[in-house]
Amino acid sequence: MISLAGRDILHAWGKFVFTGVGLGLLIGVTLTMAGVYRGMVDDAKALLDNSGADLWVVQKDTLGPYAESSSVYDDAYRGILGMPGVERAANVTYLTMQVRREDTDVRAMVVGVVPGGPEPGQPGYLVAGRRITRGHYEAVADIATGFKLGEKIQIRRNVFTVVGLTKRMVSSSGDPMVFIPLKDAQEAQFLKDNDAIIQQRRRSAVNPAFNSPGSPGLLEALNASQSANPYVNAVLVQIKPGYSPDDVAEPIRRWKRLQVYTRAQMEKILVGKLIATSARQIGMFLVILAVVSAAIVAFIMYTLTIGKVREIAVLKLIGTRNRTIAFMILQQAVGLGVIGFVVGKISATFWAPIFPKYVLLEPGDAARGFAAVVVICVLASVLAIRAALKVDPAEAIGG
Amino acid sequence: MNPEGIRITGLMKRYGKGETAVDALKGVDMQVAPGEVVGLIGPSGSGKSTLLKCLGAVIEPTAGKMTLGEEVIYDDGWKIKDLRALRRDRIGFVFQAPYLIPFLDVTDNIALLPMLAGRPNNEARQRALELLKALDVAHRARAMPSHLSGGEQQRVAIARALINRPPVILADEPTAPLDSERALAVMRILNQMARQYETAVIVVTHDEKIVPTFRRIYHIRDGRTHEEAGEGRSFE
Ligand SMILES: Nc1ncnc2c1ncn2[C@@H]1O[C@H](COP(=O)(O)OP(=O)(O)OP(=O)(O)O)[C@@H](O)[C@H]1O
Ligand SMILES: [Mg+2]
Repeated sequence: MISLAGRDILHAWGKFVFTGVGLGLLIGVTLTMAGVYRGMVDDAKALLDNSGADLWVVQKDTLGPYAESSSVYDDAYRGILGMPGVERAANVTYLTMQVRREDTDVRAMVVGVVPGGPEPGQPGYLVAGRRITRGHYEAVADIATGFKLGEKIQIRRNVFTVVGLTKRMVSSSGDPMVFIPLKDAQEAQFLKDNDAIIQQRRRSAVNPAFNSPGSPGLLEALNASQSANPYVNAVLVQIKPGYSPDDVAEPIRRWKRLQVYTRAQMEKILVGKLIATSARQIGMFLVILAVVSAAIVAFIMYTLTIGKVREIAVLKLIGTRNRTIAFMILQQAVGLGVIGFVVGKISATFWAPIFPKYVLLEPGDAARGFAAVVVICVLASVLAIRAALKVDPAEAIGG
Repeated sequence: MNPEGIRITGLMKRYGKGETAVDALKGVDMQVAPGEVVGLIGPSGSGKSTLLKCLGAVIEPTAGKMTLGEEVIYDDGWKIKDLRALRRDRIGFVFQAPYLIPFLDVTDNIALLPMLAGRPNNEARQRALELLKALDVAHRARAMPSHLSGGEQQRVAIARALINRPPVILADEPTAPLDSERALAVMRILNQMARQYETAVIVVTHDEKIVPTFRRIYHIRDGRTHEEAGEGRSFE
């Protein structure tokens, strides 16, 4: 048996390769879009994994700390430590902001962690330098920030020295993390500027309720309490071996009047809510790209077929089966798709690392993409096949 | 009369219905024996192409009978089931332009039908090569059709028509694009092949150059044929 499709492709390979490359770039974009989504999911999982927590304790009735803002008193962790099954508990703050470095700034998620110790929240491993050991002005940054060891960076009012570098520590929106000591992070998040503090003190001083001669010391106490920042965004909890997360979570929920999420619930919140809109956005893109690819294949196959009407009429006249002709067009469409897929896969692999955010190309997605390409090509060849089957063998004889 | 070859009697073809109907063939009789080459000549609109399409099982006649060897193909509206297989196995076509498949080389153009029918490629190509030798184009066996001269292409087209050893070859103006020398060469080949493979050959033509080569000529005018003896000039 002879492959008419293959021979035609070999003969007109330039046309096929050019069309295939064009289609391939489109398929590459499609695979990359899928990779962007996978990257987002993976970033979310990395965020959860790297926090080292089994449970997230957050403000009641919130989906914090990543999807919604949450604040918890910074002494709540002591009570949590006393609950059954709790191995460790540590305060943590999250604040996405521009971190200054000389005259540029980098978008980063500043994470306040308890210095030293094996408490959850600290980056799991470092690629250079050391952990934060002092209580103030040290930072560990993800290498994606571009910061170097020993470099000075500024977060709000304070200057920090980068003492360690870590990797793949990103927020759910893909911003690299910068870890600083908890106290500094609380200040960065909650402390007002000097003018605002002076304003606030002046207002308290002129308020007779706070500054009455009958209660000396009240104003000082009030001022002191107003400039304290006793909040964190969440408490990260590690549980003892042998306990299930749900068993430990339940008493904290009930007795501490706080919201507690397990790892599974947290993942649902991140993937199902935080990046759900982006996922739909990407899904929309995938649909459009699929339709455009189908339209291109259909158009190309139709044009190629119309260009071969004479040959098809001759083939039919000399007794070629309709099946054979339809199969030839089908094979060519699929061949085009295969060329396109190979080009697409190569180009996606080539440009994925250049993207600013993580693009995760999963083999499973590639396989599904390949199946989709084949299905699209088969559907797209229907038009061309119909045109070919309509060709009248009498046309070969003429009038 | 030789029962072999192709034979039609009272063949009629009407295009369309009602007032706009055109009677293109109004009762054509024709008989061509194996090994014989006959001419089919007539003015424009006389029904030549229509007749060729009926003979070639591309369109069905409205009435009349056609037999190929012993087998009845049409009989007053009745027809055999698989006209496509009939075209493939029993009829060879040669056109005005060679209409070779541009993406297959000369050998595969000729060997295409048996290969599509599932014959081993080698066997089909071997047969194609024999025909190419007989037609004196064996040296171009691996060339692409676009690299051949007009005469060579036409010879390849004849070889393609012969590959299944069909009892009938229908040729539609096979010499129109060729100069007189090449036109005569094609006619010589058709005669030679007709004798060699016992094939009945019907050649539709306007070409004055080749008319004297026919021993028998069917004139067709206004949908009817009448037979005439030709000069039957030899090629020497
Ligand atoms: N498909 C068709 N529908 C209707 N009428 C047709 C059709 N094909 C041919 N005819 C008519 O049938 C008659 C014979 O046509 P045919 O094509 O057989 O002529 P011809 O002898 O081949 O002419 P030419 O030498 O110009 O090619 C003409 O009157 C033509 O108009
Ligand atoms: Mg005609």
